[in-house]
Amino acid sequence: MNKLKTTQDAFVETEEQRQAFDKVLDSLKKTPGPLMGALQQAQDIYGYLPIEVQNRIAEYFGIPLADVYGVVTFYSQFNLTPKGKYKVGVCMGTACYVLSAGPILERLKTMLGLQAGGTDAEKLFTLEATRCIGCCGLAPVITVNEDVYGKLKIDDLDGIINKYRGMGKDNG
Amino acid sequence: MANKIKTLQELQEIRERVAKTVVNRKTLSPEDSFGGGECPKHHVLVCGGTGCVSGGGRVIFDEFKVRLVEHELETQVKMVFTGCFGLCAKGPIVVVYPDGTFYQLVEQKDVEEIVREHLIGGKPVARLASKEKDECGNEKTIANSAFYKSQHKIVLQKCGLIDPENIDEYLAYDGYLAYEKAVRNMSQDELIENLKASGLRGRGGGGFTTGMKWQFAKNSVSDQKYVVCNADEGDPGAFMDRSILEGDPHAVIEAMMIAGYAIGATMGYVYVRAEYPIAVDRLKVALEQAREYGILGKNAMGLGFEFDIDIRLGAGAFVCGEETALLRSIEGGRGEPKQRPPFPAVKGLFDKPTLINNVETLAAIPHIILKGPMWFSSIGTEKSKGTKVFALGGKIKNTGLVEIPMGTTLRTVIEEIGEGIPGGKKFKAAQTGGPSGGCIPASHMDSPIDFDALIELGSMMGSGGLIVMDEDNCMVDIAKFYLEFTVEESCGKCTPCRIGNKRLYELLEKVSEGTAEVSDLDKMEQLSKYIKENSLCGLGQTAPNPVLSTLKYFRDEYMSHVVDKKCPAGVCTNLLTYSILQDKCIGCTLCQRACPVGAISGELKKPETFVIDVNKCIKCDACVPKCKFKAIVK
Ligand SMILES: Cc1cc2nc3c(=O)[nH]c(=O)nc-3n(C[C@H](O)[C@H](O)[C@H](O)COP(=O)(O)O)c2cc1C
Ligand code: SF4
Ligand code: SF4
Ligand code: FES
Repeated sequence: MNKLKTTQDAFVETEEQRQAFDKVLDSLKKTPGPLMGALQQAQDIYGYLPIEVQNRIAEYFGIPLADVYGVVTFYSQFNLTPKGKYKVGVCMGTACYVLSAGPILERLKTMLGLQAGGTDAEKLFTLEATRCIGCCGLAPVITVNEDVYGKLKIDDLDGIINKYRGMGKDNG
Repeated sequence: MANKIKTLQELQEIRERVAKTVVNRKTLSPEDSFGGGECPKHHVLVCGGTGCVSGGGRVIFDEFKVRLVEHELETQVKMVFTGCFGLCAKGPIVVVYPDGTFYQLVEQKDVEEIVREHLIGGKPVARLASKEKDECGNEKTIANSAFYKSQHKIVLQKCGLIDPENIDEYLAYDGYLAYEKAVRNMSQDELIENLKASGLRGRGGGGFTTGMKWQFAKNSVSDQKYVVCNADEGDPGAFMDRSILEGDPHAVIEAMMIAGYAIGATMGYVYVRAEYPIAVDRLKVALEQAREYGILGKNAMGLGFEFDIDIRLGAGAFVCGEETALLRSIEGGRGEPKQRPPFPAVKGLFDKPTLINNVETLAAIPHIILKGPMWFSSIGTEKSKGTKVFALGGKIKNTGLVEIPMGTTLRTVIEEIGEGIPGGKKFKAAQTGGPSGGCIPASHMDSPIDFDALIELGSMMGSGGLIVMDEDNCMVDIAKFYLEFTVEESCGKCTPCRIGNKRLYELLEKVSEGTAEVSDLDKMEQLSKYIKENSLCGLGQTAPNPVLSTLKYFRDEYMSHVVDKKCPAGVCTNLLTYSILQDKCIGCTLCQRACPVGAISGELKKPETFVIDVNKCIKCDACVPKCKFKAIVK
């Protein structure tokens, strides 16, 4: 579970984010074992878990920051760095793997110039090798944020990526 | 909310009233059918399982609604968004009742035609309907089709039949009657004895006798106990539990309530993978509705016991499927397994006695209570009772979800239900048990599928992933794939698993790169044995199984890599050299245009000039599928 442990970007938050986060913390006050839920919802709000956010969770629940950080780094879905606008996930579950998910991932790496787990400088794309997403009947499968593309052929990739590249450019 | 609590009498009234409106639907098991009754003329069921939704199921459902309004048919046609029908390969699926027409691969543009021709005109759209014929040339009913005929649906019975977001429909199929029966007619001990007599064993992988586990949890004395449902489903390529949660969430809730009564727990948790958003949503809706009806809560169903359920989400760690790690994760810690004993039944969640069961195990329980343990134990083999759900995937025509009686042979599942391998390719192996299991070769196709037979073959039941591989899959590569998974997912707590599996992986890498020696294969076997014996939890203890089973059944293939430096399946790139057979080439230049690095040279229509520069070639395989004459070999 290697990942980048620091982030160069300074942490900034909007007023809405701050309020939403405060609400989350209050709602979990009485929950036994609140940490996972707090981290998950914080990540939904901020997109990642900067140390500032972890610190606030630690203080609120009286859990040592080291423990919070230990949990964040244990689970692969928690991110310490911001991700791209479009998260391209290549399913590497067994069903997809035996139907050539490997070459699909390789092609995406070349197309996006990224390694698995990497985010480009403009923060447009993040490439991820994901675990089974449960659409094995449609294997091989890739996802771009919430969109699922199944029964995929390598030749489909250009079209899919270009679509998002276009959309990303259009709205800044 | 409190004002809406339903009495047992009121629940029974709902059951009877709604049952009349769903009688036109049929279960997909040949033995169950309902007839007659009053209900909307047509029921249109659209699959709302993750597979079909990804393929456009939601869009199709919405399109139907729009079209029905246009044709002023809203009151005559009942639209239902169901759970998975099982046949994911042919999704999105739409089923129209009362005739039971099974539409496959439906697209948004087909909806108007179905509405006009079928719902208004009374003639099914033949183009989209399943077209299997029997020997006499008559069209088969869907229940008699190859895919469904050999199945026996118990836990999947209501998936694809009811609206999972409508508690009334669950009630109509005897929902929450099992809880009522258990609490009113059975003592806790009787209930547990019933479960033992049924022979039900855990579906989460371990295969432990469920009744025994309940007994242990009941015997523990404590002020607070918990029931936990394991819905982490980490086996990559398996989606049984997800489909049950999506298609019949109340069954799991009801079973957890029964468990709560049996062991004396008032609180339950469902731990679900975060990768399953639809399942989580449906479960939330179901919990909400159950609370509204007073089915969950302080005085559940007015029967004098308290029970409530909370959902907890995973965050992408396979090891959290292991029960002690899972409990740690609910508590908010790193999901590292603990030494057992103490078992969770003695000291579990928040150090209180905890009963932890898998989704599918739980989903079978209401059926066992209602129909009796003897009914359940009459299905299956001597030591494996009942049915098992498998997620059939990989190189197989009918990918999807199947439920078969224990003891069904692999051949029946693959050749009959799955209808074999696509593209005329040859079957090579079936993998069960995911990263903890093994690969079963063609020579064992006729072994029955049950807990013990699979272990004998060096694999295991696991949670129910069944991945089919054909001649194009390299078994060394598959072993490497699984081991890479476990190496990544090892929590790192104990050395045999953390370091041992890493070393084992490196040996496999040597094999696939062609740098291994024959003695390395023996080393792999020894190391595997050591890891199995010395790891702390099930993850490490089973991690070498994919390696051992492929070494056992496909040693020849390993030898080709090691001795001949060849990968017979053409997968391990280091051992491949791409070249063009000039006598097959026609000089069309298609491959040339596909090559991203310009490694192919040759002049149009001059086959004798076509060559691949092996120094430039990056072995990306882009050229091979482009050549229509199979002139590129590796
Ligand atoms: C590495 C590992 C992963 C596991 N993953 C799962 C899982 O995803 N789902 C599950 O129900 N059980 C899983 N188990 C088994 C559980 O530890 C436990 O035995 C099971 O949930 C008990 O329920 P059952 O008796 O109903 O099968 C896993 C075990 C190990 C060692
Ligand atoms: S066997 Fe592996 S996963 Fe299990 S406790 Fe040891 S290191 Fe962790
Ligand atoms: S395998 Fe890829 S790099 Fe090699 S010749 Fe074919 S297209 Fe070119
Ligand atoms: S293996 Fe890819 S979706 Fe399951």
